[in-house]
Amino acid sequence: MSDHPVLVDAQGLLCPMPVIRLQQAAADAESGDEIEVIATDPGVRADIPAWCRVHGHHVVDIQEEEITIRVRVRLR
Amino acid sequence: MTRPIRAVALISGGLDSMLAARLIQDQGVHVEGLNFYTGFCVEGHTHAIRRHDRDRPKRNNALWVAEQLGVPLHIVDVVEDYKDVVINPRHGYGQFMNPCLDCKGFMVARAREWMEQHDFDFIITGEVIGQRPKSQLRRSMPIVARESGAGDRLLRPLCAKLLEPTLPEREGWVDREQLLDWSGRSRKPQIELAEAFGFEDYAQPAGGCCFLTDPYYSRKLRDLWQARGERRYELDDIMLLKVGRHLRPRPHFKLIIAREEGENRFLQGYRRAFTHLEPVTHPGPLCLLDGEASDEDLQLAARLVARFSRGREAPSVTVAVAGAGGADRRELSVPPLPVEQVPQEWYIT
Ligand code: SF4
Repeated sequence: MSDHPVLVDAQGLLCPMPVIRLQQAAADAESGDEIEVIATDPGVRADIPAWCRVHGHHVVDIQEEEITIRVRVRLR
Repeated sequence: MTRPIRAVALISGGLDSMLAARLIQDQGVHVEGLNFYTGFCVEGHTHAIRRHDRDRPKRNNALWVAEQLGVPLHIVDVVEDYKDVVINPRHGYGQFMNPCLDCKGFMVARAREWMEQHDFDFIITGEVIGQRPKSQLRRSMPIVARESGAGDRLLRPLCAKLLEPTLPEREGWVDREQLLDWSGRSRKPQIELAEAFGFEDYAQPAGGCCFLTDPYYSRKLRDLWQARGERRYELDDIMLLKVGRHLRPRPHFKLIIAREEGENRFLQGYRRAFTHLEPVTHPGPLCLLDGEASDEDLQLAARLVARFSRGREAPSVTVAVAGAGGADRRELSVPPLPVEQVPQEWYIT
């Protein structure tokens, strides 16, 4: 388990690509790790939590900035 | 202890694959979903680009289905590999640019690889015999099974009783008696079964699961290939075919003009990669230019953009023109092109 969240830069990508990037990062990470996705497609607000629900992961935080959305996920 | 039997279900986000997966879950089989992202997929967000479609749920339908079923969903990016399916389909196209038979073979082949890597036992699809011309004919079913390499590990629960028993049935992993014998184009049995399972608010795409079954979309794709002189595309190209008015005033360039606010916002993200035009003195749409344009072409493009602005009746509209990423920005003051000088043939619809 690592202390810092793994960063996934999905800016400029349209859904479902940010979810796919998150999924790839999750495949390389361990249980309890955190991953932070930075995206610009507002679709991630719905899609990342939905993806987390079906896999049993936890959405720690969603932060909206001017044009970016940051979603922090903790793997189960 | 023997491990439970495991099936991987192709989940498109539509009703049929959802019902097929549910039938197998109900037989005590562990099911996980696979969804392939080809770039042509019709899903909630694409519809949500346009403002009048905003009331529709903004969701990824495949994820929504997985949630209803309570199964993990693995979304696979196949954009690159899928190009060969669209560009060179061995079995040709359906009514429009939809290479359905090759597409099915491709997806089941990818599902077979996934099944082998993850130690699953069989594959489920939501196919129904005779539901779609060509790809779901009875004689197409063995083609998909054979060409994908899935063979008799491919089970179609909605029409299994009309087909030869597959390995999962012969091994007793599933009870054939509880599978279905659907054929034909009627949607009634699907809707009734959905009701019996308590599924509501599922997506019902009219044509099919992707934009390649859309006649207007197909025309735009053909136009793109014709203009380029080769059958090739990038992800940006096919995303852009989903939005805006497309006009080709000259063979070597086309314009993609936003029709409303939502599309305007969507197209903004592509200014980094395309020459773009936008009226300055009057409210009006953002326009991307795809192709090569001379100064004279840019004048014409600016006049067309002015035509679609609120200044269409004004003697002159100033239009900002910039290269990809905002390079070389300048302003052109032009008279809007009169409607009679915009031939219908320019519209790619
Ligand atoms: S409609 Fe599109 S996604 Fe569905 S089988 Fe045909 S080509 Fe493939």
